[in-house]
Amino acid sequence: MNTIEVEELSRNFGQLVAVDRVSFQVAEGEIFGFLGPNGAGKTTTINMLCTLLALSGGRAIVNGYDVVRQRSEVRHSIGLVFQEPALDEYLTAEQNLRFHAYAYNIPKELREKRIGKLLELVELSDRRKSKVRTFSGGMKRRLEIARGLLHNPRVLFLDEPTLGLDPQTRRLIWDYILALRKENNLTIFLTTHYMDEAENSDRISIIDHGRIIALDTPDKLKDALGGDVITLKAVDNNAAALELKERYPELSSGPSPVVQNGVITFSVPQGEKFLPKLMDSFQSHLLSIGIRRPTLDDVFLNLTGRAIRDEEAGFKEQMKGMVMRRGHGR
Amino acid sequence: MEEVFRGMWVVAYRELLRFVQERSRIFSSFAMPLLFLVIFGAGFNRIIGAMTPGVDYIQFMYPGIIAMTVLMSSVMSGLSIVWDREFGFLKEILVAPLGRSGIVLGKAAGSATVAVIQGIVMLVLAPFLGVSLSPLMVIELIPMLIIISLSLSGLGVLIASRMRSQQGFQIIVQIIIMPMMFLSGVFFPVNNVPTWMEVISKINPLTYSVDAIRQLFLGKEIAGMGGTMGQAGNAIGVTVFGHTMTILQDVLVVVILGVVLLSIATWSFSKQE
Repeated sequence: MNTIEVEELSRNFGQLVAVDRVSFQVAEGEIFGFLGPNGAGKTTTINMLCTLLALSGGRAIVNGYDVVRQRSEVRHSIGLVFQEPALDEYLTAEQNLRFHAYAYNIPKELREKRIGKLLELVELSDRRKSKVRTFSGGMKRRLEIARGLLHNPRVLFLDEPTLGLDPQTRRLIWDYILALRKENNLTIFLTTHYMDEAENSDRISIIDHGRIIALDTPDKLKDALGGDVITLKAVDNNAAALELKERYPELSSGPSPVVQNGVITFSVPQGEKFLPKLMDSFQSHLLSIGIRRPTLDDVFLNLTGRAIRDEEAGFKEQMKGMVMRRGHGR
Repeated sequence: MEEVFRGMWVVAYRELLRFVQERSRIFSSFAMPLLFLVIFGAGFNRIIGAMTPGVDYIQFMYPGIIAMTVLMSSVMSGLSIVWDREFGFLKEILVAPLGRSGIVLGKAAGSATVAVIQGIVMLVLAPFLGVSLSPLMVIELIPMLIIISLSLSGLGVLIASRMRSQQGFQIIVQIIIMPMMFLSGVFFPVNNVPTWMEVISKINPLTYSVDAIRQLFLGKEIAGMGGTMGQAGNAIGVTVFGHTMTILQDVLVVVILGVVLLSIATWSFSKQE
């Protein structure tokens, strides 16, 4: 049975179409990743699945319940970790969990036992009586994960679970998540714009401008690019890209060369064999050559023509990059 | 139905938990009413004293100050909703299986409890101001304060139901609450004033709350003096279309208003975006 079934789900905010006829299924026990830049519609989708936001169109079933007609049943059966912390900072860790237990009607005999067990799992037992405002970002997130699991939900929604956390804490939080999945056959729906984080998913759905543009396992998405990714830096990138296309027409069958962030990126089936050929006869003056296995970033770049991280970089940074590149060329 | 009750009690429970832990909030809600009592009392006692025959001005103002304390902490319950929205905790409440009307009623009940406690603490001042206080009066006052604060928290929640920022809420509160306070008969009787002011006073819910508490304190004989005496200029009581309101009628007005405010607040709050 599928834990989540979504059909033609849409949401508009006035003129803006935030989520545009999205359809997908998530199987029980699966980690399903929603990957896309900020503003792609990830949080809007989660909010609709969690009954926090009305649907503009389509249908969504979570744990067999309709998110519009059976809100209460949906709410009982899901756990949620929000993108922004949603703890009462003036209460202690324990009080936050107890509030949650009351709200979800957890029987008294189970309540304290589960609170103790989950605090132990996220290694916050010694801080259970501390006010949450004294916690670090990572501790708060861990407490939220514990809270999201307190009422034994069958599916856990994680909206950017490690946003703003340092790499070490991110690793730690993922250890918890993966352990949980193993232990309880928990279904996990997560959104992220971190590529490496998305790799933890069983399947990834890439979303951009409110639409799903690809949906598959991380390996298959990368394999679809066809082999290795080659990056070239030339004195004149555009001329070099043109020469590539003319000289190797077979490249256009795969992802064609893209000039992005001062480098030309393209992929070939066997990079180690392609490079010697290239160096023998290439006319344009090259500054550097790189070869690597494809990442999800390449997948996104290939699908949309731009990198996810570009969305993060401010205008200023992009300007700086342009100026530097120009200076380099002369 | 069960979800409505559970929503009501968990939200009220948290409200009280927060109140107990935020000591500063306990004191800050007394500051303004006390300030008014001391400064206005000292400054206006001789000047306005003549308007309230047989009653000292401070004794006249004191019941109103209690109503004002209740108003402040009731409406401020709305602020905690905006606060929760800004700091994300509201999402935790909204995604839980709780009835929306329960959440609104829980906020109202929680803040009503706080407001009643604060109103009762204000009673400590009574002996110093020469206001006579009997155990019976305190017993009568408590249900009255509960009704008033429930009703006024409806106003606070209603304002908060669509507000996104604390600043915005504070501004609205300044615009609504300040005139409500000054035109409610706390500081001067609302019968001997220009017509426009009288009209606003008579549609102001706080006027009836103040009047009810005042009648309780000063006795029906003095506070109930209205149009019946034939000299409206000296009246302390509230007259509507020539009829002087009794305590029960005052309370009834507050109850009706409370039901209306809380219903609209629930509707506005539960409308899904």
